[in-house]
Amino acid sequence: MVQPLGYIKESASQTAGPYVHIGCTPNFVGIHGIFDRDLGSGALYNDETRGTRVTIRGTVYDGGGYALRDALVEIWQADDAGFYNSPSETRGEADPNFLGWGRSPGDMDTGEFVFETIKPGRVPFKDGRWMAPHITFWIVARGINIGLHTRMYFPEDEAANAEDPVLARIEHKDRVPTLIAKKEGDNTYRFDIRLQGEGETVFFDI
Amino acid sequence: MSNRPPETGPFFARDRDIHPPAYTPWYKTSILRSPQRALISLEGTKSEITGPVFGHGMLNPLDNDLILNYAKPGEMPIGPRILVHGRVLDERGAGVPGALVEFWQANAGGRYRHKKETYLAAVDPNFGGVGRTITDETGYYWFKTIQPGPYPWPNGVNDWRPAHIHFSIFGHGFQQRLITQMYFEGDPLIWRCPIVKTVPDEDAIRRLVAPLDMNATIPMDMRAYKFDIVLRGRRSTFFENRPEGN
Ligand SMILES: [Fe+3]
Repeated sequence: MVQPLGYIKESASQTAGPYVHIGCTPNFVGIHGIFDRDLGSGALYNDETRGTRVTIRGTVYDGGGYALRDALVEIWQADDAGFYNSPSETRGEADPNFLGWGRSPGDMDTGEFVFETIKPGRVPFKDGRWMAPHITFWIVARGINIGLHTRMYFPEDEAANAEDPVLARIEHKDRVPTLIAKKEGDNTYRFDIRLQGEGETVFFDI
Repeated sequence: MSNRPPETGPFFARDRDIHPPAYTPWYKTSILRSPQRALISLEGTKSEITGPVFGHGMLNPLDNDLILNYAKPGEMPIGPRILVHGRVLDERGAGVPGALVEFWQANAGGRYRHKKETYLAAVDPNFGGVGRTITDETGYYWFKTIQPGPYPWPNGVNDWRPAHIHFSIFGHGFQQRLITQMYFEGDPLIWRCPIVKTVPDEDAIRRLVAPLDMNATIPMDMRAYKFDIVLRGRRSTFFENRPEGN
């Protein structure tokens, strides 16, 4: 016999179900008067925030090509200088005017999500190599049994993307473009997420 | 909030054997919403091990009281009054302070307050069905609510969800993000539910079932259910001797 290690196990994930918006964005579904505003809604920046303002739009599609209208999308990103506004950030002080976290329920009719944010700076990989500017995405919905993690990169950063150690991890290179947003206009990007089938977005087990 | 220094270590690898796989055809909606390609394994970088802090200051006093937070003055929702309480822990067994816990549920009749909800059970005019709280320095949380009812849903021809409360938990790293559901001890619908049965591990299912807690039950007022939630643990960084980045 040996001593037990004493670890306990993570609680199992369950689908967010069709009414995740009641819990996470109640004002969006017409439940007013409980929370002043939906957490993570609105622009991620204020007037003082440093960095280039960008708009990111996208739609989550299922394996049949239909847009999900009951998904919830969250993003997490570094500030203009590449620092996270988090106690676990040890490299420096993040912009106090930028939390870096946002949440979108998608449009009621089309399902399209929108984030008004800034372009993040570069963040180092564990071995010190620089990752290209990226935003972490987390997607939950009815029919998704465990939240899906992915990343969005920017199309203009060709050189940085080419040396990004996470993108380099993707064996099938034809899948890399699923993580690179499309430019739609000045500082406006489209990042569609395909859950299944042709053009299936790369998701990470992190 | 806590005197512990912030933790910067990577998270333990996720034990996928206790989590539902993406493709669970008996839960029909998963069929077209499940990625088919392998997930790309990635030990968390700074982008995943960090996460925002939610301050207690953002909470209103009734945020964790679903009995009163949507009720008209002097009125209350109908149904059994309950207290739900427990701790948010990590896999090392340590309490997770400052975790944002959000919850939502159907009313006592099994009906959600949502435009797309079609179940014929009545909407309760005094019940919104949503609340939130932030764990204290030991990871403890609690809220008052009305015990939700089971409800039918279109999947099989006669599928019913056991009574449940949905939970979204935000710990210290974006990698810890978790959404799950709490079930109630003794509900015969638990072991028949296709969504419960997406979890492949029987013990992992049991850990989603909250027991009746008579010690925390408030006499002549409300029964209590205890529900602990475990988030991923992380390694200590005693040996972090290589500066990252620069
Ligand atoms: Fe539900």
